[in-house]
Amino acid sequence: MEQSIFILILPLLSFLVLALAGKKMPHKLAGTIGTLSLAATAILACATAAEYFAAGRNGAAQFTDIMPYNIAWLPLNDTLSIDMGILLSPISAMMLIVITVISLMVHIYSLGYMKGERGFQRYYAFLSLFTFSMLGLVVATNIFQMYIFWELVGVSSYLLIGFYYTKPAAIAASKKAFIVTRFADLFFLIGILIYGYYTGTFSFTPTETAIAAAGTVLPTALMLMFIGGAGKSAMFPLHIWLPDAMEGPTPVSALIHAATMVVAGVYLVARMFPLFVVHAPEVLHAIAYIGAFTALYAAVVACVQTDIKRVLAFSTISQIAFMMVALGVCTSTDPHEGGLGYMASMFHLFTHAMFKGLLFLGAGAIIHAVHSNEKNHMGGLRKYMPITHITFLIACLAIAGIPPFSGFFSKDEIITACYGFSTPMGLFMSGVAAMTAFYMFRLYYLIFWGKSHYAEQVELYKAGKIVEEPHKPHEAPAAMTIPLVFLAAVTCVAGFIPFGEFVSSNGEAYTIHLDSTIAINSTLLAIGGILLATVMYATGNSRITRVVNVVMHEPIKAAYHRFYLDEVWLFITKKVIFNCISRPIAWFDRNVVDASLDLMARAAQRLGTLVRPLQSGNIQTYCIYFLSGALAIMLVLLYIY
Amino acid sequence: MTIPAEYMLILSAVLFFIGVFGFFTRRNLVSLLICTELMLNAVDINFAVFNAYCHPDRLEGYIFSLFGIGVAAAETAVAIAIIINVYRNVHSIHIKRLKNLKH
Amino acid sequence: MSINLIIFSGLALVMVIAALFAVTSSKIMRATTLLLFVLFGTAGLYFMLHYSFLGAVQITVYAGGIVVLLIFVVLLLGKGSVDVTQTSMRRYMAGTATALTGMVLAIYLITSTDFAGDKFTAEDVTMKELGMSLMGTEKYNYILPFEVMSVLLLACTVGAILIARKK
Repeated sequence: MEQSIFILILPLLSFLVLALAGKKMPHKLAGTIGTLSLAATAILACATAAEYFAAGRNGAAQFTDIMPYNIAWLPLNDTLSIDMGILLSPISAMMLIVITVISLMVHIYSLGYMKGERGFQRYYAFLSLFTFSMLGLVVATNIFQMYIFWELVGVSSYLLIGFYYTKPAAIAASKKAFIVTRFADLFFLIGILIYGYYTGTFSFTPTETAIAAAGTVLPTALMLMFIGGAGKSAMFPLHIWLPDAMEGPTPVSALIHAATMVVAGVYLVARMFPLFVVHAPEVLHAIAYIGAFTALYAAVVACVQTDIKRVLAFSTISQIAFMMVALGVCTSTDPHEGGLGYMASMFHLFTHAMFKGLLFLGAGAIIHAVHSNEKNHMGGLRKYMPITHITFLIACLAIAGIPPFSGFFSKDEIITACYGFSTPMGLFMSGVAAMTAFYMFRLYYLIFWGKSHYAEQVELYKAGKIVEEPHKPHEAPAAMTIPLVFLAAVTCVAGFIPFGEFVSSNGEAYTIHLDSTIAINSTLLAIGGILLATVMYATGNSRITRVVNVVMHEPIKAAYHRFYLDEVWLFITKKVIFNCISRPIAWFDRNVVDASLDLMARAAQRLGTLVRPLQSGNIQTYCIYFLSGALAIMLVLLYIY
Repeated sequence: MTIPAEYMLILSAVLFFIGVFGFFTRRNLVSLLICTELMLNAVDINFAVFNAYCHPDRLEGYIFSLFGIGVAAAETAVAIAIIINVYRNVHSIHIKRLKNLKH
Repeated sequence: MSINLIIFSGLALVMVIAALFAVTSSKIMRATTLLLFVLFGTAGLYFMLHYSFLGAVQITVYAGGIVVLLIFVVLLLGKGSVDVTQTSMRRYMAGTATALTGMVLAIYLITSTDFAGDKFTAEDVTMKELGMSLMGTEKYNYILPFEVMSVLLLACTVGAILIARKK
């Protein structure tokens, strides 16, 4: 396991090299350095994970947590210290694989997607930084190290969203993402501090005495930590940054805002899962309800968006909410009795990373081809982009939950877990799953079927209505299609991984067995959703769609505007917080704090102006001052004695 | 009948402050040098007088005056060298022209 | 009034007047000559204290050396050495005020302090005594300052040549 340190060092080195010397490098070299180092990291990570799982189970039939490295970085007092190290456990090993594989795919893909882009080297430097931070986050040995890398992840996300820094929308989006997640992280930090203060440790697995010392404060600390996780994982109502984050380059969206960073919140809850489930079950249930609501909300909004990346963004929110729900519905650590959700959540995290990464990369290929994000500029693309079409379809089937694609298996486990929690929850999540199928296939049909936008444009061009010759969509280059094919292949087979063998809530092996009723029901629901989408969108402009648009005009408009949540937030921040809190503070700062300093500065300046003539450079004048001073002192002394 | 020590001391004080006054008001380097000599001279008188009136059996003040004269001579030699050099550079020994100390 | 006091008064009068003119005269040559009078007067004071050697040194070094040097430089610089512009009124007032205050303060201190200065004996310091003191190595002997002095004078000679020499 000693090699595991290189999993962190390699991306960091590549970041440093690219950031410091990148400007002088040709694009190809920078891309090669980034990709090769990431490939090496991926191989190392997979080898480490394989070695870890191959080492087998211990006496208690569990995989032992291994810390190849752990040093006390900042000792705070006798018991409390901030450690830095590497922790290998089933979920961190699984995350290592997910992150490095997706990141590698994105690196390869970006070679084609970002070709010739300004700041190409910078882009790769940031990607390396992100990968480094994300890997550091998942292997963190304690909650504080996790927090440090958590913030690093936030920074690299900010940098990558704002990559096109000449675009005002990108700048606004990056600021929004940073501020919203930072706001949530504040709670996270407070939670960590409370946790550390009361238990006397930052460890994920505090001793019984430490937990007893924390007592009733522990649920509060865990709740605050969850708010931090909710910010990163875009849970309602802190989800508002994620759709805007799509202003970044599409591969970045695939890596950060679909597959890896946004699941950090889920990972956090999973990491603290033993504490949650035993000492704060009510918090866990709150997580379940928040997750369920977010899943529904995001699914509804995703049904009406026109920007394809936004649809994917909302589907991401919805799917992450599924994972949260799965964690939230756990009632014990035994997977056979109420602890199934943990495994389901991690399984879904794994499969979702693969197929959502695939969806985003596919969307990137489409955007690359038609130079637009809007659905109106697409349609009928299946003729022009066969590989993208097939891989995208596979991903859609996976996310919709059609067997035998990977999404089916993981989602099925989640819904089973929900039924185990309560029947309404199970039904609710099944419904949302059906909506998932609907909006994903709506997207699919809008992009690949229907009337070709290109064909329309060509006709208009021939009729002389438009001046410019339309741009013909073309299949993406090999650098972009290879990752697509790879991820599609993974999506096809990932469902058959005996995931429960590796990850489960109590660490013991758990054999996944499909509950046939639930499986059949959810498959039927998914097919229903797909059929509805087919009827409404397959032929482009069907009558049902028109009717629905007229009848449901108001709700659709509201959903299109994301139920005006952004406006609500703007109202809260701009009107309430700015006017009631920030302005008085600003006034105080400007007129009291600054003014007193200004006074000092101005007094010094006046004094300076006053004494400046003394420094005339004239020795005689100096002498007069000197002697007068000496005489004055003498007079004073005479007066005293 | 001897002269009281105070008379001598007052004389030296008067000479010293005449030198001070000249040092403040003159604008010419050679004049300043003359004033400095006046002041040094007054100080030498003080040493000699204190020696003669307070400790006639010893020679501290006497020898201090002697050394004072020597130092004055040395100082004058260097000052004159500087004055000549200044004159050579700025073609004046008027101290208005010598404000380079300011910068 | 003793003869001593008369001589002292005459010397003091000459010295003060000469000094006053020396610092106010606009002609440097004249100022230098007046300085000479002050220096001679000082030598006279030394003689009155029965410090004949000191008086002799005063005349040879000051009058014979320094004043001659000053006259040389005045002649060398010629026109440039004339004190053309008068100083400003403000500086004049400031200088006068400071000097007067200082003088009054000093005279007040001198008159109000008891120096126990009545041990004056009209005896010459013999050359032997002086020589032993300057060259001796015991307490109240000054061989070290004497040698330092010689080094200082050497340094000044070298320095003066270095500064004044043409580049």
